[in-house]
Amino acid sequence: MSNKIKFKIDGVTCEAEKGQYIVDAAWENGIYIPTLCNIPGIKPQGSCRICTVNINGRPMTACTTPLLDGMEIENDIPEIREIRKAIIESLFVEGNHFCPACEKSGNCMLQALAYRFQMMAPRFPYSFPVKGVDASHPKIIKDQNRCILCKRCIKSIKDEDGKSIFAFYGRGHKLRVHVDPELADKLTDELAQKAMDVCPVGSILVKEKGFDVPIGKRAYDNVPIGSDIEGNK
Amino acid sequence: MNSTVQQIINTYKKDRFRLMDMLIDFQEELGFISKETVKDLADQLDISTVDVEQTLSFYHFFTTEPTGKYTVYLNDSVVAKMMGQEEVAKAFEEELGCNFGQVCEDNLIGLFATSDIGMNDQEPAALINNVPFTKLTPFRVRELVADMRAGKTVYEMYTEGYGGGNNKSVLVRSMVANHIRRIGPVLLNDCSPGDAIKKIVQITPEAVIEEVKASKIRGRGGAGFPTGLKWEFCRAAVEKERYIFCNADEGEPGTFKDRVLLTECPEMIFEGMVIGGYAIGAKKGILYLRYEYKYLGKFLNDVLFRMRGNNLLGENIAGLEGFNFDIRIQFGAGAYVCGEESALIESTEGKRGEPRDRPPFPVERGYLDKPTVINNVETLATVVKIINKGSEWYSALGTNDSTGSKLLSISGDCRFPGVYEVEWGFSIDDMLGMVGATEVQAVQVGGPSGALIGPDEFSRTISYADLATGGAMIIFGEQRDLLKDVVLNFMDFFIEESCGSCSTCRNFPVILRRTLKRIIDGKGIRKDIDDMEEWGQIPRVSRCGLGQTCTNPILTSIKNFRHLYEDLVDKDEDYVSEFDLSTAVQESCDFVGRIPNI
Amino acid sequence: MSKLVVATTSLAGCFGCHMSLLDIDERILDLIELVEFNKSPINDIKTFTKQCDIGLIEGGCCNSENIHVLKDFRKNCKILVSLGECAIMGGLPALRNGIPIEECLAEAYLDGPTVKGNIHKILPNDKELPMLLDKVYPCHEVVKIDYYLPGCPPRADLIWDVLVALVTGDEMKLPYEVVKFD
Repeated sequence: MSNKIKFKIDGVTCEAEKGQYIVDAAWENGIYIPTLCNIPGIKPQGSCRICTVNINGRPMTACTTPLLDGMEIENDIPEIREIRKAIIESLFVEGNHFCPACEKSGNCMLQALAYRFQMMAPRFPYSFPVKGVDASHPKIIKDQNRCILCKRCIKSIKDEDGKSIFAFYGRGHKLRVHVDPELADKLTDELAQKAMDVCPVGSILVKEKGFDVPIGKRAYDNVPIGSDIEGNK
Repeated sequence: MNSTVQQIINTYKKDRFRLMDMLIDFQEELGFISKETVKDLADQLDISTVDVEQTLSFYHFFTTEPTGKYTVYLNDSVVAKMMGQEEVAKAFEEELGCNFGQVCEDNLIGLFATSDIGMNDQEPAALINNVPFTKLTPFRVRELVADMRAGKTVYEMYTEGYGGGNNKSVLVRSMVANHIRRIGPVLLNDCSPGDAIKKIVQITPEAVIEEVKASKIRGRGGAGFPTGLKWEFCRAAVEKERYIFCNADEGEPGTFKDRVLLTECPEMIFEGMVIGGYAIGAKKGILYLRYEYKYLGKFLNDVLFRMRGNNLLGENIAGLEGFNFDIRIQFGAGAYVCGEESALIESTEGKRGEPRDRPPFPVERGYLDKPTVINNVETLATVVKIINKGSEWYSALGTNDSTGSKLLSISGDCRFPGVYEVEWGFSIDDMLGMVGATEVQAVQVGGPSGALIGPDEFSRTISYADLATGGAMIIFGEQRDLLKDVVLNFMDFFIEESCGSCSTCRNFPVILRRTLKRIIDGKGIRKDIDDMEEWGQIPRVSRCGLGQTCTNPILTSIKNFRHLYEDLVDKDEDYVSEFDLSTAVQESCDFVGRIPNI
Repeated sequence: MSKLVVATTSLAGCFGCHMSLLDIDERILDLIELVEFNKSPINDIKTFTKQCDIGLIEGGCCNSENIHVLKDFRKNCKILVSLGECAIMGGLPALRNGIPIEECLAEAYLDGPTVKGNIHKILPNDKELPMLLDKVYPCHEVVKIDYYLPGCPPRADLIWDVLVALVTGDEMKLPYEVVKFD
């Protein structure tokens, strides 16, 4: 049964199911709202704040807010673009993102967003934090330097009993994602690969893998992130 | 497995939603929470060790290393520093021969810093094994250290005697002073415990809600949501299992009025919870109490025990068949953000205190995903008076949009710091006169997340329409360096207390603090001020109130004290480097053994 | 019309950005019609002989010499451009930024697997040598930088487009394909 309602994004009238998350509804209508921490189909968490839009004049995350009839949403406006760009830049200076040496370069969502928002260099000072690399697990490497704390691995990678393999540790700017050593020992190849794939940046890597797609053929080499969605129009 | 560990796990029936309680018990019984304990706990609860650790590592008072037979947590908030905390800290370090963050003397004494402990009217203050020691001096520190070395109990270490009121109670035994300086409709002791409960059982829950709505009372925690409306939303929920929480996590530096209410009017607070429970149809209430107030735990549990005896809690309350309601106390473990209602719920469920996304609101899906109302301590106490004396009486007090009275926690540079109950509409000028504050440079209204205002705004009034506040007022005299002593400290507080979930609240306070420090160090330029104003807006898109206000210390001080910034920056330069060559080469030159030739 | 004067240098870099500049191929002939090179490894002019319009900086600052050169460039160039990731954020040399300087020096000269024959445990400390900085600094933390061209190296087309834009005063075109961080 169709339960379509009308809403507006940047003045354009759209249609979607009531109660759908706004980001999903927008994408279906060919309008790209950038996301980073969100995984379609998994309970959203609104932690990166990049999908912030103005809903009836108030900033809200599009990934967590259900659609209501007649909502007026502002997405691609200077104020929102500026917030998103500032957030992206802050993520670059928070960690140690040496793109040239990263296995995920070209397929990295953070980098792709920086391209899309034309970041040449972050406006904020680099913090060069000491974060370390955890290579103690048989199948995967957790490079904390590149972790943007998006929670995607935490939310989506569980063992067969539903136990968490990844979890937050600490809080604030000392927050890290830790790997459960015992469960990581038993990680299957498939799950290890899934963890690497679900990581939007190059923080989770499957050992002895990487750089397998040549430059020029990677996901974001030639077209900006979100192009596929905008192509739906 | 360690039998204590097993016993604690059994006490909570291996319920992972009680993880906080188990961790608190481990910390208290074992002195710290070891890797082995984490492993045992994870196995027994059938969760992974990282799941245990994610909660464990979130809270300030949980430690993975021993913290000493005596664990000292010295408050490092702004007002503590103003009242001589630095000399006290130095005395501790000198006396013990160790630094903050360390445990010394064969694991005898651990020395740690902590964010505000709710004693702003009697700083410098510290918690030693969860017991507050206030108005510390270097002299007292030397005595305390000697006492600890002599193996005295914390209670034997008091030389000050007990504080007033229930602080003397054998179940409290604390030296904390109440400092109630002005009483009003809430603090006036003119009702007997249980009167309001006996009254509501005569009317319907809907009528109770109507009465509360008619009083026009709004939440006293700071956000100011109409209490009656919140109850009505919750009552309207389809789900029948519902909860009412009392938020006693007052962590906003500068606020301590809930501590005084909890000490002097606990029956009223619990009675308010019973009324709320009746109104929304809840069977269970939870008082979420900040760990800093652990010293009140036994006393409060005793109050609950007596209320059960008096048929004001338990089954068929006040003789009303089927009116069953009881209350338990949930302790936090040191996290400011848990004062945010959805973070408080997460914490009560044994998780990290990360705020939830809204919608859904707690009144729809709260504790255990059931409809939940969370009210401030003061709100619930006030409701009792409203029921007893009527909404008409109450709504005649205060102003049109802000009815009734407000408890203020006033501290800083004034003669009489303490708790004052005033009617809404009270001006800052009057407040300063009342507390004996002269030559005032600024007032921090509503704690760090509020606003720093100057004398040209002292005619403003405390009300939702003008200066809305949870009641924390910190006064700064002319002698204070607002940027260095106040704003910087507040930013450190927000950096320390961010849950880290939103990128905005995790990163921007750190970025802005760096720029602020640059300016304070005399290396700033005018653009830095503009940058801070601009960048300070970004966290407005954070999930919770903490994140949304975490740059307020900088934003409001630029707005109201711009000249302080302007005086420090180089107005002509468009670029200044912080880089210093001689500092940068020092280390390597030292190591290779050469004298730097710059 | 007098030609704009361009200077270039590689600080803590690998000369890859300079290679990329040469990758503009035959357009280099057009370039020398538009600009004149002053201090640069391209023509091997070692010191500034006149005030320049544009300075292209490759690499970040890892030692005292980098700092002197960079400051000299700032003094002698109207516009400074950070060319490539190392100039912008320290790049690969900055991977040492989390490691104490003592460890770095010990690894290089005392204990590292490639250290052979340093039986007297000598650490280079002649006063003629540049002094190592505590960390690798992005150029804009030392002097004011006017433009940033990311990439490792920045694509030849990007360098070309930007140089032409600076010379002609036209708006810079930044096509998606050429602005990359790797």
